[in-house]
Formats: sequence, structure tokens, C-alpha cells
Amino acid sequence: MTAARPKTISEKILSTKSGTDAYASDIVVCDVDLVIGTDASSPMALAYFDKMGGQRLFDPERVVFALDHYSPPSTPKTAAFHDRVRAFARQTGARLHEVGEGISHQIVAEQGRVLPGDLVIGADSHTVTCGALNVFATGVGSSDLAAAMITGRVWLRVPETIAVTLVGDRPRGLAAKDAALALIAELGAEGANYQTLEIGGPGIAQFTLEERFVFSNLAVESGAKAAIFPADEAVASYLAGRTTNVGTPVGADDGATYARALTIDLSTLTPRVAIPHSPNDVVTIGRIVGTPVQMVFLGTCTGGRVPDFHEALDVLERAGGRVAPSVQLVVTPASREVYLRLIEDGTLGKLAAMGAIVTTPGCGACCGTSGAIPGDGMTVLSTANRNFKARMGNASASIYLASPAACAASAATGRITDPRTIG
Amino acid sequence: MAIELEGRARVLGDDINTDYIIASTRKRDTLDEHVLKRYLLETIDPTFAASVKPGDIIVAGSNFGCGSAMEIAVTVIQAAGISAVLARSFSRTFFRNAVNNGLVPLECETSGIVEGATVWVRASESDVVVEDKSRGLAISARPLPEMVGEILKAGGLVEYIRLGHWDRSRV
Repeated sequence: MTAARPKTISEKILSTKSGTDAYASDIVVCDVDLVIGTDASSPMALAYFDKMGGQRLFDPERVVFALDHYSPPSTPKTAAFHDRVRAFARQTGARLHEVGEGISHQIVAEQGRVLPGDLVIGADSHTVTCGALNVFATGVGSSDLAAAMITGRVWLRVPETIAVTLVGDRPRGLAAKDAALALIAELGAEGANYQTLEIGGPGIAQFTLEERFVFSNLAVESGAKAAIFPADEAVASYLAGRTTNVGTPVGADDGATYARALTIDLSTLTPRVAIPHSPNDVVTIGRIVGTPVQMVFLGTCTGGRVPDFHEALDVLERAGGRVAPSVQLVVTPASREVYLRLIEDGTLGKLAAMGAIVTTPGCGACCGTSGAIPGDGMTVLSTANRNFKARMGNASASIYLASPAACAASAATGRITDPRTIG
Repeated sequence: MAIELEGRARVLGDDINTDYIIASTRKRDTLDEHVLKRYLLETIDPTFAASVKPGDIIVAGSNFGCGSAMEIAVTVIQAAGISAVLARSFSRTFFRNAVNNGLVPLECETSGIVEGATVWVRASESDVVVEDKSRGLAISARPLPEMVGEILKAGGLVEYIRLGHWDRSRV
């Protein structure tokens, strides 16, 4: 008998969950640990559920819905989507997160519901965000969601893996967003399609768990199926106090096979901005400083966590404590937990006093489904992850993506501004 | 499973994301794909939806269907009468959603196919053949994985699950 071939993290998790000895390119049917639906994807999923003959959930404890995209609903139609999901959750015992509780994958992370070694599927492409917790988390559509709600299973092609190694000292003023934008620019819009990113190396110790969410989140903009960090101290301390369960941390075997290896030297990086209309079209901020902006959006599953708003407030205060009169500053916490923390520590009060519009926790203005819609011809600077044409609900707006610090600096000046030049 | 179809090529570029296929803001008003088909691809070509004829085949570049995993992007394409999508490559979520709804996603070199060309496709478990009849050229296409063939053969994921696949009480 020969020794088992070494495996990547994805090969190990999907082997465990499928009960097979699986390697890249194998197709396996896996048991899932958590199934997540949103108000954008669940109405269709419930229709598929009925058509599939679904009677009950495979395990109501493992099915979660979050009303996050239409938060709050702005039309009778979207209010009706919510009622449909509410009624289904009541009837089946699924866990429901109401309007205002936040973004689906943010909530499950905060509540300690996703653990190292888990396989999580969500009908939201940014479900990959949970990979920062050493989880194989991936986005699916509504029909896969429905099938998993009924059977607890999903078929997956075991992905090849790209080893991403972060090295070098992180320069002062370099945001996780800057490094993550540099990574997805390097990979390109489909550079990781069908593949997992395993993100590791000595450089990751310089990023908090909340910052690692930014890397995992943006990975899907290069097509990544999952973007998984190791289960190190940062993961353990994030989970502490949220759950007593530590999960089953998974590391790659020595000698595992990688499709390619990519090394990012943090010491060479500077602030970045993604320019219209692709998150992979990334420039150093120096190339576009001075571009007038009329709307700044702080929020989303990329840039809507507590440290993001602290950073933004700090920059705004150093820049004179005011928002430029020509700028509409929109602030949307990613979750109620974030919202409450920011109320308690006074951050939201200070931002509101400077003129910020604070909106309901959730996806907010990111995809034009709720919240502020930019006006014709407006230039928007946002902490979000997508800047496709019309993404925020107006095809004539130009959306740029940057770090919370760069967004705050630009809100203060009314022009795209390098946050390192403030104070 | 054996699918054979012929249609008019509707050529699109690279990185056509699902927001471009159907804007998220349109989904606020309805999830009825027969209504939403009027807005198919409106962000990149406002004239596209009105010019679609039943049987048309989308011929795209690389990374078709990237971005959001929204499945309505597939069902709107189907509602418009488009019979197949050929692309140099697909985003994984679009590929899955297409298969699950019985829309055949075929990966092949699409760069030489021009707008309006007549394209013929035959897909079975064993092979996929694409022919650009306007040029009289056979184009080799990537075979479909076995699981994909099984789901397409069933008619989509709804029928596949109804057949009892993955049912814990039966295994």
C-alpha cells in the first residue's frame, strides 16, 4: 500500500465532507455544514424547493436566511419577498435574520456559526468571505441552495489551488483592501476561476481576522471558489467568546500539489484604487488623486466592519473633522453587532455630526437594491467590492473602490486623496 | 443526454457579469423572467433585448457570468429564447446555474465566430461538437463533466433531485 498523496486544504475538507479520497478535478457529493440564503436569492430558492418536492429541511439548525439585500425594503415587491422567506422559516424552523441584523456571511461569522474545517455554501457570491476562518465557503445559486436545503448535499468539483504567500513588512498606511486589490489585479478577473486560494506565509500575521475577511471577500472577483486562511491564533481569538466550539482546523500537507504559487511582497505595496468598471482594473492611488467625488460609501461585506469605521473616523478627524460640502457620505454597518459597537463607542455619533448619512445594516447601496442611489454622472468612491457599470443603480455613475482610509480622506477633501497625506 | 441545436450567434465580449445580464435593481420589481427579459443586457447594449430571436445562441468571450451568483441571470437568458451559451470560459457560479436549469453551457474557442453567424451544436455525455456553419469550421469544445451530463440528462437539478438523488432516506 502506498502512502496517501499529500493534499491541499480544499482536498482535505472536501474528502472529509464527501467520505472519499478526493483530489483536484474529482467531482464529489458533499455533506454541508451550513446553508445560507439571502432575500435576493431565497425567493427563487423557495420556488425551486417546491418544484423539487421539498417537504422539510434536512436540518433546520443548518439552514440560515438573512434579509440583507433589501434592508429595509423600499418597494411592496421586496417587502413581499421578505414575507415569503419569513413564512418559510417559521414553517420549517430555519434560522431567520431579520432586516437590520446584517449581511448573511457577516452574521454567521460573528455568531460563531462557521468553524474551521467546515463546508459552507451560500446563495451569495461573497460567501467566500468566511474562508478567513479556515472554512471552505463558496457561493452557489438558488437551485443549489434549494437542493442543499432538502438533502444537505451539494456536488462540487474539487478545485485546484493557488498558493498565495504574503511576505515582507506591511508599510504604515497600507490597508488590507490595498493588498487585496493588488492581489486580484495580479490574478485578473478570472485568474482564480474554479480554483481555491490558500492564503498564507509570514505576512498574514500582520493582518487581523477582520482584515483577512477582506482578502477572502475580494478573491471571488478573480473567480475564486474559496479563499482559505490557516487556523492560527487570529482565528482562535476571533472565535473565542463567540462559540466554545473550535471546529476542526485544517492545514495543507507538505508536498501538496498547487496549480501555481504567487508571492506578494507587502513591503512593495502602496494604496490602491479599482477604477470603473472592474474591480480588477486597479491603479496606485497616485495615478488618480484629485479626481472629484460626489458620493463616498463606507460599508458592505468588504469594508463595513468596526475597524473600518474607526479607521475612517480617525482619518476624517485628522483631516479637519468635516465632510466636504460637495460630498454625500453614506455609512452602512455590515451588521447590527457592528452598528451597536459603533453607537457605544461614539463613532457613529461623530460621523453623523460630520454630516454622514447612517443607514440600516445590510448590503446598503452596494448593488442598488437598498439605500442611496448615485445621481446621474456622479463619481462614487466606495469601500465595496464591485464597481460594474450600473452596479449601484445608475449606469451613468462612475464607481471607484478603495480602502476605508482612502474613502474617508476623499470624503474630507471632495477629491480622491491618498490617506497617507492626511495629518 | 443528447442536445442538438442550431441558431444565430449573438456575440458578446469578455467578463460579462451577471449584473450586466440583468441589473440587480430590476429584480426589486419582479422575479418573473418573462418580464425581466426586456432588460436583458441593457447596461451594455440597450438594443439587445429587442433584437433577440428565439433560438439565438450567445457567443461570449472569457469569464461569462462572473460576479454575483444570481440565478435569475440564467433564467432571463432562457426566457428570452436563447437556446445555448458558448463561451471561451464561464464563471463557476453561472456554469452551475446554467446546468441546473438545463441551459447548456459550452466551453470552446469563440473568438472567430462573428455576429449573426449560424452555429450548430451537439452535446452528449461523450462529446461536444460545435460547428460555425458560416465558416464551415468545426470547433473543438470541452466535454461536460459526468455529473453535469447527469443533471442535464435529467432535465436540470429540479428533476435530478425529484428522482431521489442525494436522498438520505434512500441511501
